[in-house]
Formats: sequence, C-alpha cells, structure tokens
Amino acid sequence: MQTLAIEATGLVKAFGDTRAVDGVDLSVRRGSVYGVLGPNGAGKTTTIRMLATLLRPDAGSARVLGHDIVSEADAVRGLVTLTGQLASVDEDLTGHENLVLIARLLGFRRAQARARADELLEAFGIADAAGRLVKHYSGGMRRRLDIAASIVVTPELMFLDEPTTGLDPRSRNQVWDIIRALVAEGTTILLCTQYLDEADQLADGIAVIDHGKVIAEGTPAQLKASVGSGALHVRLLDPEQRPEAESVLARELGSVHLEPDPSALSGACANGDRAAAAVAELARSGVGIGDFSLGQPTLDEVFLALTGHTAADQTAEEDAEIQEEQPA
Amino acid sequence: MSTEVAALRKALSSTPRPPRASAVSAALAFGWRGMLKVKHVPEQLLDVTITPVMFLLLFTYLFGGAVAGSTGDYLDYILPGILVMSVLFTTVYSGIALNTDVTRGVVDRFRSLPIARPAPLFGALLGDSVRYLVAGTVIVVLGLALGYRPSAGVTGVVAALALVVVFAFGLSWVFTTLGLLMRSPNAVMNAGFMGIFPVTFLSNVFVDPDTLPGALEAVVNVNPVSILATASRGLMEGTADAGDIAIVLGTAAALTAVFAPITTRLYGRR
Repeated sequence: MQTLAIEATGLVKAFGDTRAVDGVDLSVRRGSVYGVLGPNGAGKTTTIRMLATLLRPDAGSARVLGHDIVSEADAVRGLVTLTGQLASVDEDLTGHENLVLIARLLGFRRAQARARADELLEAFGIADAAGRLVKHYSGGMRRRLDIAASIVVTPELMFLDEPTTGLDPRSRNQVWDIIRALVAEGTTILLCTQYLDEADQLADGIAVIDHGKVIAEGTPAQLKASVGSGALHVRLLDPEQRPEAESVLARELGSVHLEPDPSALSGACANGDRAAAAVAELARSGVGIGDFSLGQPTLDEVFLALTGHTAADQTAEEDAEIQEEQPA
Repeated sequence: MSTEVAALRKALSSTPRPPRASAVSAALAFGWRGMLKVKHVPEQLLDVTITPVMFLLLFTYLFGGAVAGSTGDYLDYILPGILVMSVLFTTVYSGIALNTDVTRGVVDRFRSLPIARPAPLFGALLGDSVRYLVAGTVIVVLGLALGYRPSAGVTGVVAALALVVVFAFGLSWVFTTLGLLMRSPNAVMNAGFMGIFPVTFLSNVFVDPDTLPGALEAVVNVNPVSILATASRGLMEGTADAGDIAIVLGTAAALTAVFAPITTRLYGRR
C-alpha cells in the first residue's frame, strides 16, 4: 500500500483571467491531518474541489489514494468524501431523511439505511432533531449533520473545507472532536482553514497558500516559529493614542502591526517577559490600555510575515472566484 | 474518553461498506427525495397550480359563453387544455429545483458520490412526474366539480393524464438544462415562464384556432402543445387520433434524446 494519500503536482485551474490555483504541489501522508491554510480567495476551495473530482484541473495531475483524479475519478469518489463550505445537506428534508438518502445512494438496503441514520444522529448529538426539517437547524447542527452525511460509510480520505467557519466556540469544539475521532479510526484528512489556531489544533502538516500557490510548508510549530512564537495584542481606551502606542511597541518589540480595529494593535513577541515589559512601558508613557492579551500569531500575522500583505486584502478576489464557480 | 466520543468512534467503526447502489436504485432514491419535498414543501406545488386553477375559473365563467356559446360547452373544450397547461407550468419547477440544489451546494455532495452520473437527474424527474400527476389531478377534480363529464370516463381521463405526464417528462429536460445554465432559481423561473407562457397561449388550449388569422393559425396548429391538447381532448372524449398521440410521444422522446444528454453533461461538467 502506498504511503501517500494525496500526491498532487502542478495543479492549475483558471476561471476566465483569474488563475485560482496556479501550480499547487501537495504530498499528504496516509493517516495524517494535513492543513491547507490561506485567506479567502487563495485557491483552497478550488484545490479541494479538483482533488475531490468536482473540477477538472487545467494542468497538472494528482493521485488520490493511488487513483488518478481525472481518468479514475469514479474510483476516487468511492474512497473519499467532501464536506464543502456550504453545508451540502438538503434543507427541505429532515435530518434523518438526509442521512437515509445518502445511505441508500451508497448501496444500503432500506432497513440498514434507517438504522445507520439513527446511529449517526445519536452519535452526533442530533437525535432529538432527527424528524425536524434541516432548514430549522442551527449552524452547528447543520454542520454536524453535514459531516455525518460524509461518514455514512467511513471514508479513507475526507476533504473538509472550512468546517468551523461561522460556528460558535462550542460547536467548533464538537467538530474538532469529530475530526479527531475520524483520525483515530485511520481516516486521512485534508483540512482547509483560515484559522492558524485550527490547523495548529488538528494538523500534522500545513501548507500555506496564497494567490493559488503554496508559499510555505511545514509543521505548525515550524510555521509559527517563522513568524515568532506569539503576539501581544493591545486594545487602547482611546484610538487617538494609537500612533504613540505604535512607537512604544516598535521600540520594545521591534515590529508592530495595526489591526483593522482603530484602537487595536499587535506586535510579535517571543515570550511573556517581553510582553510584560512592553505593556509596562505603554502604561508609563501614559497610553490608556483597555485590555491586552498574549496570543498565538493570527493568520494575518503569518501572512504578513510570509508575504508582506495581510489576508484581508484578497476578499475581492474571493468574490470573483465564487462568481466563476457558479454554477459549478 | 467521554461517552460522546466513544459513541462517535463506535459509529465510525461499526459499518462495513455495502456494494455500490445500482443506477436504478440510485435513481429511485432521488425519486423518493422528490416526493418527500412534495410532502414537506407542499406550497411549491400550490404555487404552480394556482394559476391554472384561476385561469380555469376565469376563462370558463368570463369568456365561456362568448367563446363557445355556453359555459358548459366551453368547459368541455378548455378543461383538457388547462390540464395540459397546469402540468407544463409545473415542468418549469424541475429547472428551478435543480438550480436551487446547485446554489445551495447539495449537488456537490451528490456529484462526489460513487453513483451513475445521470441517476440524480432521472431520479429527480421521476419524483417530479408524481408532482405533475398531482397538478393534473387537481385540475381534473376541479373540472368534475364544475360539471365536466368526459365521455370516455375514468379510462379516458387516466390515459389523458398519462400522456400529458409523459410529454411533461420530456419537456422537463429543457428546463433542467436551463436550470444548470442560469445563475439563480429566480432567473430560471423568469426565463422558464417567458418561454412556456407564449408557447401555451399560442396553442389551441383556450380557443379553436379556426378563428385566428391564417399565419397565426398555421403556427398554432403545428405547436406540439396544440397537438397534446387535441390528443388529451380526444382521449377524454373517446375520439383520440393515433397520429396525434404518436406525435406527442415522438416529441417527448426527441426532447429527452436531445436535452437529457446536455443536462447530464452540464451536471457533470468540471
């Protein structure tokens, strides 16, 4: 059995003039969780859709679990599942009916399909809502149902496209638990996310992609080390004082980053002592501090370190990409 | 390990993969999905049947006397026509439903399953055929309540309904193609009705074409909707012309032969 679950070389996909994916190489070991990290519009979704056989690459090639994604697409479909960014469940059906439908399509007999649906609803904590129409589900329930639909038959490889975007922290933790349980069963996972935190929690390896290209690759620890191990986030009482705070932090920490919020700023810092000294220096200089925290670098900071621009700059391109993909 | 996680792991490890679903059983599963939607969202069916019901009442009582001499005579003429109209209007819905699936992302799930490519489409139209049958039955029942008495009895009515549903199945493929080309369910609805409205009106559904200007009469007479309406009238009155029925079935087959592969291709496009 080959040791690589995904082996992609030079994948390219263009929509009109936009090269959404521009030569992506990926190697994902069997049984691992591989994170694809990038802002909206970086090409994550397009990459995942190509690997899941929903889009045909314009150039390059990929083998998923040993099968070519173009010439052996049907074999790939039999081994993988995709949980897309839009929860791909039918809103006009009940949760139970959704799962029975998928089970029937996968070849279960009627009684088996019903039993499997019951079992999954129970395991995912949505048994109480089994008979309710999905349009009345909360975002978290919908997402769990969506993942349940993806594991009616435990897949060998699962594509998860931003599984926790828009979820509250509790639902997010539930989804993370599900992902960990899947991994424990031996499923390989390709996880697209905008959150470094999420990739850090779950992934063994990460590729950072930007403008359709892989710009950095490594373990979460390596990636964080490349941007500094943490960051001091400060929110000021008075946004007017930000220029002053900026110069203090620049002096104390060496780098400073202005957040979109006009009263917030942050700076990379290696340890708590440096952060404490910087906060003390801010207080001494008369800057009013609303609150401060020491946290992991955000995707924005990783991006700034790797590319010199922030993730937020690309929202317009994301819109273009979505437009191009509809209807798929 | 919490009990939740234990339940999860059990659910993950418990089920072996069954043999793949055949194309037919996959299509039947999609048909079942379509019927569930009729059950859960009956207002969608109401949306498309309300117009024909209004037309039946308005035309019969407002114009019936003027067009055909008496309300009763006109009802005999218009009822099979409205039956055709009602079912054909419902076919636009098939395109809207498919487009909704695409915009909501459900199609991604179906397309990533190891099933026969045309199964979701054939299955959906199978389910929609039940919808067509319901739309047609509503009109027939209303007609009977208003005093319509078909000479060919139950057999004639059932035969007419069946013919209309078969034609609708063929026509649906045009709208599923449209459903995959347009960007929103609303756009499909607008374009769909922009097409189906004139085609239905430029037929013999409402008036006998004898009174029309020559050029228009020629158009109306070759309109497949006219032939379908004539055949339905014939079946319900027991005077059906085999040639008309053959043309209707041939048109349905031709529409399917042309548009089913186009729809399947667009659906699988990647």
